[in-house]
Amino acid sequence: MIKKEMIAMLLAGGQGSRLGVLTSKVAKPAVTFGGKYRIIDFPLSNCINSGVDTVGVLTQYQPLRLNTHIGIGIPWDLDRNIGGVSILPPYEKPVDTEWYTGTANAIYQNLNYIEMFHPEYVLILGGDHIYKMDYEVMLDFHKASQAAVSLAVMPVPWEEASRFGVVVTDETSRITEFQEKPEEPKSNLASMGIYIFTWSVLKEALLANKDVPECDFGKHIIPYCRAKGQKMVAYEYNGYWKDVGTLSSYWEANMELIDIIPEFNLYEEFWKIYTSGDIIPPQYISEDAQIHRCIIGDGTEICGRVENSIIGAGVVIQKGAVVKDSIIMKGTVIEENAVVEKAIIAENTRVGAGCVLGCGEEKPNRYKPEVYTDGLVTIGEDSVIPAGVRIGKNTAIIGKTEAADYPEGILESGESIIKDGDEA
Amino acid sequence: MRAVGIILAGGNSEKMQELSYKRAIAAMPVAGSYRSIDFALSNMTNSGIQKVAVLTQYNSRSLNEHLSSSKWWDFGRKQGGLYVFTPTITVENDSWYRGTADAIAQNLDFLRQCHEPYVVIASGDGVYKLDYGRVLEYHIEKKADITVVCSNLPQGDNITRFGVVRMNPDGKITDFEEKPDSAHGDMVSTGIYVIRRRLLIELLEKAQQQNRFDFVKDILVPYRTLKRMYGYRMDTYWRNISTVDAYYQTNMDFLKPAIRDYFFRQYPNVYSRIEDLPPAKYNPGAAVKNSLVSSGCIINGTVENSVLFKKVYVGNDCTIKNSIILNDVYIGDHTHIENCIVESRGTIQADSSYIEKEGIRIVVEKNERYIL
Repeated sequence: MIKKEMIAMLLAGGQGSRLGVLTSKVAKPAVTFGGKYRIIDFPLSNCINSGVDTVGVLTQYQPLRLNTHIGIGIPWDLDRNIGGVSILPPYEKPVDTEWYTGTANAIYQNLNYIEMFHPEYVLILGGDHIYKMDYEVMLDFHKASQAAVSLAVMPVPWEEASRFGVVVTDETSRITEFQEKPEEPKSNLASMGIYIFTWSVLKEALLANKDVPECDFGKHIIPYCRAKGQKMVAYEYNGYWKDVGTLSSYWEANMELIDIIPEFNLYEEFWKIYTSGDIIPPQYISEDAQIHRCIIGDGTEICGRVENSIIGAGVVIQKGAVVKDSIIMKGTVIEENAVVEKAIIAENTRVGAGCVLGCGEEKPNRYKPEVYTDGLVTIGEDSVIPAGVRIGKNTAIIGKTEAADYPEGILESGESIIKDGDEA
Repeated sequence: MRAVGIILAGGNSEKMQELSYKRAIAAMPVAGSYRSIDFALSNMTNSGIQKVAVLTQYNSRSLNEHLSSSKWWDFGRKQGGLYVFTPTITVENDSWYRGTADAIAQNLDFLRQCHEPYVVIASGDGVYKLDYGRVLEYHIEKKADITVVCSNLPQGDNITRFGVVRMNPDGKITDFEEKPDSAHGDMVSTGIYVIRRRLLIELLEKAQQQNRFDFVKDILVPYRTLKRMYGYRMDTYWRNISTVDAYYQTNMDFLKPAIRDYFFRQYPNVYSRIEDLPPAKYNPGAAVKNSLVSSGCIINGTVENSVLFKKVYVGNDCTIKNSIILNDVYIGDHTHIENCIVESRGTIQADSSYIEKEGIRIVVEKNERYIL
């Protein structure tokens, strides 16, 4: 009988709508990070580094990039005879076919996958955080506590605690109370959305809640287990952990990598982060280039000035172009004399010669004011920006835009051009 | 594909000086992210050759490490694969590879068991892109017994280290001189051959009986008029890296846009082993001009007209000019390096100076490294 002590289920089906046009064509876990990686590389690398070699990746929203990125899991050593990585999309059944309607529902629909491995424990992960964590240590804690459910938590500043779901614990780390975005938090331990369940407990809970619409871990399964009196403990984690669910936190997390010795250090030999890199050549820095505080990916050609930026693999920055405080993803071209300031430009985009991005006064975005904030210019993948246009702050663009899309050659601050037939 | 591949990667050359101490030439790092043998291996896979034998002998640790998995070049299939053959003691044989022909002859069983009618033989020290399928077509069209891929002598290289080929307008080889004292013409053999598998087996068996072990001296040269030998002119970029000067020059060639475009951006790609390194990082103080920088590098100083291989650390206030820094070198603060090749895994102490006025200096520094 196949037997794995613990397997991981990685929830990667969400759109991540707060990343705006960045996730119009890809699921959030497939968004690139740090000049080389994609967000899902972090939990996947954590899995294999923790000795968890069986991972089910639940996909639903725009899965193509995720599927091709993960493949059979070779970069993470997850191509295994038994176990390894499996992509688990929703599927048709004789009756009651449905999409994944909630996080727990997605797991419920894949009970058969989990049962194949006869696990003692199941690790539930999300695909939207940047961190390095040893899940095996968490499992040891789970076992030592004789818990039915362990939640990974981390201390956050008290004044921010009301933005999170916080857990209140006793001196033995046993959870006594949950508070979801409380106005007056009783604790500063925020839940990280990482759970270890004793499989028999989770299975019972999933079956009992199978008819709950949009069945969710936080809203249904955890309260159910609590009501049944299952022992729940909080595993305190004290390392770097960054949510990259919003454009501003995504931008910030990237920028933090540039620090001389970043808090989140990718250059350590221990606990490597693996990814599927298809670009091998070195980067070329030309005679005319100026580079100040940057991280630059493989195969890039830089002929312009680049400051405080994260440049992905295969990017071309032509002569006279200036890129500041920006994230430029894989395969994008910034043409001659373009000026890019505080922008996030997704993959395979072309910014025309002499464009100016991020100019003018800051104004709230009219289309989605809560998404496009902090003065960022956000451009979705495969976009084209015609030569010579000026683009203001808090703007969003996706699609092959033409000069006609920019009245008088300007996209004012707070405006958007969504041309790719989607509602990002 | 109707051919199997053989890559001769056992060689060493005194002309590589200290660089050959720790590795076979085929394992020499090239152009920042590659090793020399990647070019032949990628050409094989891009030509559709699925079965490749690599013959190694001299200090093959680096090379074996590089070839530890065949997946990077898309070998390791059910039909075919990548085979690394080192000399072994058998009932009939107790010697090392005594030459290129002997190296193949000692692995004749491999050739006998293949079913492909042709063999492509290449060396591991060439930097080039070539579709061997085109050479094979030429070989068949000319009804040749042996086809030798030829190239004009690269500018500035020394003809006396090559086999010099003369051919008639049809491409038939009329003369083949190995490493002549004085050259007649500038068409040289690239060490890439196409030959029918059965003919190769026959020629090697004959050579073994006569205790002759070199593929060029004992097979090509003696048979140059007895067999139908044709030259295939390769007019694209080709360099052989097995002297210090040629090695340095080949790396520096990659600073030229046309060469980079040809190798890095034009299809088909050159493949190499992936090492899971983070992207390169430029800290305050970094000033990089006209240089190649590979993944895992951290730069705090000035780098000009140089090639930095993977995982190089350049300290504060350093100046590196016209140099090649191989993999995993740590360069301490206030160091000045000009016209040097710094051997891999070296540690250069702070405040050092390595300035070569004429020619290229090879720097091998094995200092204690205290930094992680």
